Amino acid sequence: MSRWMRLGLPVAAVVLALVFSGVVATLVLLFTGDDVVGFWRVLFTWPSERDLVDIINMTAILYLSGAAAAIGFRMNLFNIGVEGQYRLAGLFAGAFAAQGLLPGKLNVAAAILVAMAVGALWAGIAGVLRVWRGVSEVISTIMLNAIAGSLIGFLLVKWGESTGNARNTKMMPEDSWTGFFRLFPDVSDGAYHLSLLAPLVGIAFFILVYYTRFGFDLRAAGASESAAVSSGVSVKKMIVVSMLLSGAVAGLIGVPMMFSEAHQYGSAFQTGLGFTGIAVALLGRNHPMGIAFGALIFAFLGQQANLLNILAGVSPDIVNMTQGIIVLSVVIAFEVIRRLATRIEQRQVATQLDAERQGDTALKGASA
Amino acid sequence: MSAPVASTAPVTTPSSQWQRRLRVRNLTLIAIVGFALLSLVRVITGAQELTSAGTIQAALTSSIPIAMAGLGGLWSERAGIVNIGLEGMMILGTFGAGYFGYHYGSIAGILGAIVLGMIGGLLHGIATVYFGVDHIVSGVAINIIALGAAGFLAETYFTGLEGGGPTQSPPLPAPMTINVDFLDNPLASIEAKQWFFVSDFAGLLRVFVNDLPVLTILCLALFVLTFWVLWRTKFGLRLRSCGEEPAAAESLGVNVYNYKMIAVVISGGLSGLGGAFLAMVASSGFQVGQTGGRGYIGLAAMIFGNWRPGGLLLGSGLFGYTQALPLRREATVSIHALLLLVAILLLLVAAYQLWRKNTLQAVSGAVFGAAFLVWYLSTDVVPSDFTKMAPYVTTLLVLALASQRLRMPKADGLVYRRGSAG
Amino acid sequence: MHEEIHLTKDLQAVPAIELRGIGKRFPGVIANHDIDITITSGTIHALVGENGAGKSTLMKILYGVQKPDSGTIAVNGHQVSLSSPSDAIAIGVGMVFQHFMLADNFTVLENVVLGAEKIAGIGDDARNRIRQISDDYGFDLDPDDLVEDLGVGERQRVEILKVLYRGAKIIILDEPTAVLVPQEVDALFDNLRELKDQGHTLIFISHKLDEVLSVADDITVIRKGTTVASVKPAEVNARQLAELMVGSVLPSPSTEGSTVTDKVLLEVIDLELDDATGRPELVDIDFAIHAGEILGIAGVEGNGQTELVETIIGMRRQARGTIMLAGEEISEWSTRRRRETGVGYIPEDRHRHGLLLDAPLWENRILGHQTRPPSVKGPFLNPPGAKADTGRIVSAYDVRTPGITTTARALSGGNQQKFIVGREMSSDPILLIASHPTRGVDVGAQAAIWGHIKRARKAGLAVLLISADLDELIGLSDTIKVILRGKLVATFDPQSVTPQHLGSAMTGADAISEERS
Repeated sequence: MSRWMRLGLPVAAVVLALVFSGVVATLVLLFTGDDVVGFWRVLFTWPSERDLVDIINMTAILYLSGAAAAIGFRMNLFNIGVEGQYRLAGLFAGAFAAQGLLPGKLNVAAAILVAMAVGALWAGIAGVLRVWRGVSEVISTIMLNAIAGSLIGFLLVKWGESTGNARNTKMMPEDSWTGFFRLFPDVSDGAYHLSLLAPLVGIAFFILVYYTRFGFDLRAAGASESAAVSSGVSVKKMIVVSMLLSGAVAGLIGVPMMFSEAHQYGSAFQTGLGFTGIAVALLGRNHPMGIAFGALIFAFLGQQANLLNILAGVSPDIVNMTQGIIVLSVVIAFEVIRRLATRIEQRQVATQLDAERQGDTALKGASA
Repeated sequence: MSAPVASTAPVTTPSSQWQRRLRVRNLTLIAIVGFALLSLVRVITGAQELTSAGTIQAALTSSIPIAMAGLGGLWSERAGIVNIGLEGMMILGTFGAGYFGYHYGSIAGILGAIVLGMIGGLLHGIATVYFGVDHIVSGVAINIIALGAAGFLAETYFTGLEGGGPTQSPPLPAPMTINVDFLDNPLASIEAKQWFFVSDFAGLLRVFVNDLPVLTILCLALFVLTFWVLWRTKFGLRLRSCGEEPAAAESLGVNVYNYKMIAVVISGGLSGLGGAFLAMVASSGFQVGQTGGRGYIGLAAMIFGNWRPGGLLLGSGLFGYTQALPLRREATVSIHALLLLVAILLLLVAAYQLWRKNTLQAVSGAVFGAAFLVWYLSTDVVPSDFTKMAPYVTTLLVLALASQRLRMPKADGLVYRRGSAG
Repeated sequence: MHEEIHLTKDLQAVPAIELRGIGKRFPGVIANHDIDITITSGTIHALVGENGAGKSTLMKILYGVQKPDSGTIAVNGHQVSLSSPSDAIAIGVGMVFQHFMLADNFTVLENVVLGAEKIAGIGDDARNRIRQISDDYGFDLDPDDLVEDLGVGERQRVEILKVLYRGAKIIILDEPTAVLVPQEVDALFDNLRELKDQGHTLIFISHKLDEVLSVADDITVIRKGTTVASVKPAEVNARQLAELMVGSVLPSPSTEGSTVTDKVLLEVIDLELDDATGRPELVDIDFAIHAGEILGIAGVEGNGQTELVETIIGMRRQARGTIMLAGEEISEWSTRRRRETGVGYIPEDRHRHGLLLDAPLWENRILGHQTRPPSVKGPFLNPPGAKADTGRIVSAYDVRTPGITTTARALSGGNQQKFIVGREMSSDPILLIASHPTRGVDVGAQAAIWGHIKRARKAGLAVLLISADLDELIGLSDTIKVILRGKLVATFDPQSVTPQHLGSAMTGADAISEERS
């Protein structure tokens, strides 16, 4: 299949899906008698500088979340537990950083490692259960999410301190605070320093999956387990390692915001990002660039959604719903296009080879 | 080409009919023994709230939505479709109950909830059966859609209504209940006597005679109906064959696609009904975030119950109980008493394993049992966070330990293309 | 009605089935042509032939799964046109497939009544009817047993019961004894005789000549898609049947000089393998292959070849015994390590084990070799290296493809196979395991692949060749061994083997194994 077809078809699928979702959203709004025009106007308004900053930050965070989910998806493993993994990792990282065991930015680096380790461990439980006892990672990661929630509550009581109604971990020492990349002169904040983790993870992901032996084994095992086994891949090992990597990346999700803004784990910690990450991964087809694109779309939509209420009188949840529709229509579109592409290619090859064969027989006939 | 399945020397196994009778008897036995142990622990520890009528009622109320989601999952998976979207379908159900219940009354609320749930099921079915999308991916997408849709519609239609708001519906009419008053008083007096088992059982019975919502009866009846339809009718046989061996079913003339669609739509409807219960009985109306993961817990209960209605009911009861208990009064005392219960259970299991000569499992059971016993004796209080974890940890343990005994429908989750037979 | 006109004749004279001039072709292959068979009512009629002779296609036609391109089918004197299995069932024809269509988690009752609930419901009426049929024919089946708990012989009887339940009077069995052990075979034949006595007509496809001779009333031999003989068991012996099956003309073996050396590259000692339930799949396997030698394993499919290959490549770790590669014991090694040390593998099922169908050709170059150059450089993949080498393979092995980024799925079977051969040869293996290397491959590609294997042999490669194609076996091998029911039962020299001996050993007609060197 030509390079253009290989690239073009997925893009076509995404565009189709986006258009379709837009149509559905419009229909729903018409049905409820909402301001359709206002809705689209808000969506297509160029964001303010303040909003742009938020979008950039959210893109980075959603990228991490999507990458975490995607690593598992590559192996046909559904790590729904990203949510629990990153929250737990955030708690441990925040608590660790608060101890200030290491000076300055070294503390930050160590805390990042703690976050990755905790995330990996939590995901690893599901991986081991899957390999050792055959427990579906879908159910076990969902259960682990719930357990994590309770565990976090308990640990916050133990390790944290109360400020009014909220419980948080202790504040980190100030030299562990990371800052912002000022993007616009009028905006006091900017991109979180640690949002750089996102492109780093992206590059690492890309290199790992497409340019290493491990990555090849990963993709092979995800594409055809039987062929992978014949080629020497140990599927059990791959499952565990994939879950560990997935969890490790998940652990990074809460880190940029926590170190630049809140400086502690607690009530300000944003939840729900794990699930959005799954959607982003699906939208991006588990590909490093695709996930970036998906993260950007979702971050953009999420941000614009905030304005819907004020500017158009439309509930922002329409955007959430549309995001779900986008995901569903994208996967359906991919299925349809995949089947179409296979048929086109087979026909292409058949015609070409037929032509060659004709040429051969003509030659043979000539020489006979 | 080569041998399709390995041969075993013909083993004399009990015939399936006997196995079925054994199963029902086993389940009831487990329920009774479990209840008796609970009662025993209550007597020993004095934690009256373990089996009080109030607790049991709260547990029942908590269990039903989980059970309905699990039942929905059962219908779907028995036909071979994994339905992770139950949570989303339940959410649609809660909204349906809120909207239609408020405007048109209770019955409309229930019907509306079911219909909205079915729409979710239909979407899932179209994606998985006709387009061959991966079941989990479709389910996850539907959850996202449903959450957004419910939030959006709630804000659109409930804002400005009296008692309502962007994230909740106005209060709904109280559910229809059944009272059998003349039984309640004598049962209450027996309960007050605090006799071992008898009083507890009286407390249990009180729940069923005192303000029992009709919806509860309906839901429980659906369990019986499910069993009868799936295991005693031609329709059920064909539906189950699609989840076991769709190629064989198709080779015998069963329209596999149709049965899968029907199953997944019913699955959505049942989850929607669970949502209706949640909004109308367990709460006073629709609220955003009401479902709280019950859709997933229902799936866990289904696996716990080995894809059968009886076990599912038992599992839902267990999960509902552990969800309700921490919210009752004297919660810390009750929860602490549960430690003793777990210790006793583990030691009993260890003894049983010893009798079966599984030394390793017996020893590990004894060790964990002793650990729980020590924990019980050395503390007065268990952090409530740990009880909240209980249903989830239990699920993981059951799944991990019993994975060989659990048997899911053989073709569950398989993306089936028509014409794969022959 | 012509029934009445024939009343004066012996009723038995109306054949149960008459096939005249049946032909069927698929793209690129003629499966059946000029098939003429008469099957007498109330008999057991056997259809024998090698793999690929066309038996299965013929039976699918008879059961309505395929429509013939030409010819007529008459059932009980009436010409019929069957477009689906339901049509066949309606006229009383039932088929028991080689691969059972049974739901393990269902009971016998549930499996039997599925789709036929209107006959006797799904409760006690059905239960009694099943018990009745089981008793009538001595099946010894309990309707409430779980199919999963049944042995293979019992499952087969469930499949037979399924067709009887639906009123079949003519029953087709496709290779029924392929999966049975001898005692189960005897039990099956008793059942078949009982069915015959009760007036049923049985058609049974097989290549196991000893069994066919013991139970059939009539035998039809099919070879290369057409009927070549119709005999009665009393008229022939096993050797003659074998000769009819494989044809008395054998391909002449290679006349090149021997390249076999003294150096032992692969040695297998006392290899044994059981499946998950303890049934033996490989028994007492002993052999050695030298550098420059091709050892061909002949045998009818399902006799342990797949298991043997998978054990040597490392996919069956529960095997017992010793495997030595170039003097080193590799019995405990992982598949990856074995391949890295120089074992090449051309798998029997290239779609499942040899290719990533939806990946481009150059990524398939890497498959199986993802730890060695040119596909890798250190821990990293080397796409340019892989791509370059793919180009080389494509031209050296004449793989017809529009390019190296073409998806593997799009290539024809023959080109896919040529590519796989090229890939495996490229790593300079010391041992090549070739399992049905030219299956589904056009003649031109086949000759090319043979040429490559022979050249590599000359350079010192040791080859373990599994094949069902006698041309291939005799043309390529230096030694031929026959595998039957997991055991190596005979050794032959391709230069002097006769078709009778080969056929007999493959089908077990000859209990005596002969060794000629």
